[in-house]
Amino acid sequence: MSNRLIARKLRDLALMFGAAPKKPTPEDMTEDARDMLAFKKSPEQRKWRKAAIASERAEAAVSHKWRWIRWATIFGFNGLFVASYWLDLQLFEGALTASRVLGFHLADLNSSLQLMLAHKHVVVNLVIGVTTVWLIYAVIGGRNFCSWVCPYHFLAELAEMVHLKLAAKKLVRDHELDRRLRVVMFFVFAVLAFVSGYPLFEAISPVGILSRALTYGTVISLIWVALLLLAEIVWSRRLWCRYICPVGLGYGLAGVAAPVRIMYDADKCLHEGKCRQVCLVPHVLDMTKLGFARDVETPVGADCTRCAMCIDVCPTGALTFDILGLARSGVEDTPEDVGS
Amino acid sequence: MKDGEFDAPAPPAKAASRVDEERRRMLRSAAVGGAVACAALLGLLDHRVARAAPRLRPPGALDEEDFLAACIKCGQCVQVCPVDAIRLGDLNEGLANGVPHIVARHQACDFSCDATQCVLACPTGALSHLIDRKEQTRMGVARLAAPDACLARKGAGFKGATRGADFKGRLRYAEIDRWKPQPVADHPYDLELCDLCVRQCPIENAIALAPMSDDPKDHRRTPVVKDACVGCGVCEMVCPVEPAAIRIEVRITGRDPGGPSA
Repeated sequence: MSNRLIARKLRDLALMFGAAPKKPTPEDMTEDARDMLAFKKSPEQRKWRKAAIASERAEAAVSHKWRWIRWATIFGFNGLFVASYWLDLQLFEGALTASRVLGFHLADLNSSLQLMLAHKHVVVNLVIGVTTVWLIYAVIGGRNFCSWVCPYHFLAELAEMVHLKLAAKKLVRDHELDRRLRVVMFFVFAVLAFVSGYPLFEAISPVGILSRALTYGTVISLIWVALLLLAEIVWSRRLWCRYICPVGLGYGLAGVAAPVRIMYDADKCLHEGKCRQVCLVPHVLDMTKLGFARDVETPVGADCTRCAMCIDVCPTGALTFDILGLARSGVEDTPEDVGS
Repeated sequence: MKDGEFDAPAPPAKAASRVDEERRRMLRSAAVGGAVACAALLGLLDHRVARAAPRLRPPGALDEEDFLAACIKCGQCVQVCPVDAIRLGDLNEGLANGVPHIVARHQACDFSCDATQCVLACPTGALSHLIDRKEQTRMGVARLAAPDACLARKGAGFKGATRGADFKGRLRYAEIDRWKPQPVADHPYDLELCDLCVRQCPIENAIALAPMSDDPKDHRRTPVVKDACVGCGVCEMVCPVEPAAIRIEVRITGRDPGGPSA
């Protein structure tokens, strides 16, 4: 089944680079998926689903388990950076652009790339740092840097809550952008760094700005972060993370074959779309629409930040954390990522 | 994001507005992308056009343009400095946002760390790894900027805490504690002739007091900065007059230890 696997990974990459998700034809689906779809489309099943959704909504049970765990992790990581300096803990020294963790170099891909393009030198420490970071994220998930570490993500989540409240009152409207913009920005900033001779993106990257503001008190830069958050509240939901931030793209690439991912089980799904409404990158959850799943169980793709908001919001447990290779019965493509 | 069960093709009346929305989306995307790129380019414009007074960079810094290119803005140099001399730039410094500098008058680099710890901490070599002794650094050079204010040139002494009791700066007073920098405010002086810039200079043979005339009864002396001066800024920090009579002239080129002019 490795052809299916390669096709899926290519689809995941295309999605991350901004392609629109496509509805599969019946030939794209596995036999199980076709059977399941036919079953789900029967009038009795539709009726049953409607009733199930109604009763689920009446219960209105909301869990924020993963969000609290995740926020604690964001605070933990950034707190370690701050404490390493102020309490002389010396565990995480530096900022999220580059650091030493217990003496090992770590470096962000995007920052390092732009720096080397601007400086026109290969900096060995950064190559080591980026490789280490990539190896770590290639295992633990990739874009989980975004939702589990990045301090801007946390602020953007708060801004998103305000945006959604205002949008519900029709005071603001979400203006969607083209997702390919992020890829364009990745290259624009790389070219700008090379041509200008300075890593220009670094001065306006809210990731580095917040990381430094927390540890070193460079607070004037927070004006820029506040402007971004304001734009996200009144104009475009999750503007920076969704459409601009090249840092997220770097980590997304690292996580293409990550064994830690979110698994979608179409069998349990009621297709009411709650997960796509909370998701930062709803295109990765396109298969949760009825008739869009190519398989009964599908891992969510590389652009997914593993923030688990979909797991929190899913009333039926159709979305779960999954670690490739750890026992799970009935997963058709178990030996997949080996070697990819 | 519509409900999942709904995926019928849009009615023809709405098809036109969908194309319209698509066009608006492209325009919005281009505008946002352009705005963000412009925000980044503002830093460049500021650097090229409004060129502010150069900052004193930490020991071992490459020539200014290379330094700005090579710094990854992580602040590891800040963390290791025993006297907290190094600070990071903020957004008001444009593209140098997050780049380290030293404000010598507030807290000079006095090489308390002995072996240029900031250089060792720098992951990118923006603080060049080619130096390992304080004498090799070329941050700037001390200049007697206000000779008329200099106490030594007036033949005057100095008594009390230089810079006053509230001054937060620290220095290594090796005779008290070789490893722990002491607050300057805790160390009052009683000098017949002010020689603080020479007395506290951490570099051997970088500055000396020279007589101002051949008359042996003339007690006036003038500070003479020599080639060994690295521009660390200790003289500027300890100078008791306000503003400092001796100040650092920042080097922006010729400071790269690996460079042609090193």
